[in-house]
Amino acid sequence: MIELEQVAYSYGGGELLGEVSLALGPGSFHFLTGPSGAGKTTLLKLCYGALVPSAGTVRLFGKERREMTRDDVALARRRIGVVHQDCQFLDHLSVADNIALPLSVSGRDLLAEEPNLRELIGWVGLKERAQARPPELSGGERQRAALARAVIMSPDVVLADEPTGNVDWEMSQRLLRLLIELNRMGKTILIATHDLALIRAAKAHVQARVLRIAARRLHLAGADL
Amino acid sequence: MAGWLTGDAQADRVVPPSGFTAWLTLFTAGAMAFLAVFALALSLATGRLADRWDSALARTATVRISAPEGQMAAQTAAALRVLETTTGVASARALSDAEQAALLEPWFGPDLPVEHLPIPRLIEVVETEAGFDARGLRLRLAAEVPGAVLDDHTRWREPLVRAADRLRLLGMVALGLIAAATAAMITLAAQAALAANAQVIGVLRLVGAQDGYIARAFIRRFALRGLAGAAIGTALGCLALLALPAAQAEGGFLTGLGFQGWHWLWPLAIPPLAGAVALLATRAAARRRLEDMP
Repeated sequence: MIELEQVAYSYGGGELLGEVSLALGPGSFHFLTGPSGAGKTTLLKLCYGALVPSAGTVRLFGKERREMTRDDVALARRRIGVVHQDCQFLDHLSVADNIALPLSVSGRDLLAEEPNLRELIGWVGLKERAQARPPELSGGERQRAALARAVIMSPDVVLADEPTGNVDWEMSQRLLRLLIELNRMGKTILIATHDLALIRAAKAHVQARVLRIAARRLHLAGADL
Repeated sequence: MAGWLTGDAQADRVVPPSGFTAWLTLFTAGAMAFLAVFALALSLATGRLADRWDSALARTATVRISAPEGQMAAQTAAALRVLETTTGVASARALSDAEQAALLEPWFGPDLPVEHLPIPRLIEVVETEAGFDARGLRLRLAAEVPGAVLDDHTRWREPLVRAADRLRLLGMVALGLIAAATAAMITLAAQAALAANAQVIGVLRLVGAQDGYIARAFIRRFALRGLAGAAIGTALGCLALLALPAAQAEGGFLTGLGFQGWHWLWPLAIPPLAGAVALLATRAAARRRLEDMP
């Protein structure tokens, strides 16, 4: 579904990533790890088409990224749910409206989707906070709301960038359980994290491939993970 | 169109309400519409003035007879004979002493003894629809009435009509400039709004919004503000015109500024035009901005 072949990405004259090859197949589960600033977020952005590679090929659902128009990328993003570390909400809208935003931008009938929306809000445990504004939410609530928004379109792929970065252990386990549940529904999951305990906890429940970025290259992590 | 006017409630809410650009757009559209009402009124009033001057002076001419006292009556009669046989002259008559005195009264007072002064005799000539050949008539008068001079008002009429036409053109240019200034101001306001909402655009793109959806959210808002501001400005402009003194002959052009009859419908075109200008300006600004953003 998402393929990177010998991809390099440079910015401001410096290479941030090089010779990266990665294939996210249907129903697979991946962790992407590495130190801060290693390029995890850059790699995720390449995966959802926000960045165009300097060299190599990125294919989103069979289409070459360089040949895609902005509208093509927008359509591809409806099949890719993204959870950012800083969540990126529209603060003037309620939590429910933020979660429903992908439905709105894709022209879906919000009235018809109302039961699904309610069910999803319940699934992430935000029923009581649905009408709150995003700044009123705690870190964990924000991450769960971002996850709900990422999956409301029933995407094929979910990319999560440090989804447990701002939450306590209990909340990170709760988020992980939600992501594993999504994977069991057939979704492809890629989680960028530097939290090795989270990776170990996940591997007890799901067959996950762990990738590590080091020295601007992507490696398969060792058996210790 | 109806769908565009009613809009999509959810889509309308994705752009946060922004006070500064909202008021700037509303005020600009209102002020420009107010000025547009006056430019339109000026254009229409000068059009009427040009037509009035044109028709008032176009169908008449004057023959002036300057002759020694003993020949005045004979030359006047000869000139009238020439005029009666000239194609294109509907009627010709010599002004009486009383009429000539009335013409001179503003300068010399009411008791002017016209009969004792060597004043030229004036013959008023009314043309037919087709008009006469002024050059041919001059040649005939020169041959048969040596003291006759034909004044067909051309030298008065043309500069006046030209001046009125220029004023009308000036009104049109003013309308064009107002539309361009409105577009420029709304473009700036839209660009400011788009720049201030870069994060909103980023989130919309993240969740799969296409450029058309993002642009529409901004365009509709600015077009409706432009429409509302222009409606207010147009209403105030029309009220201001109604408050002007009524048209009077003594006031001439200055008190004739305004709309007459069905011309009052013209200002109704200003708000939709302002809305359209706002729509096009915002669309151009949104396209540029979205192309510049990754």
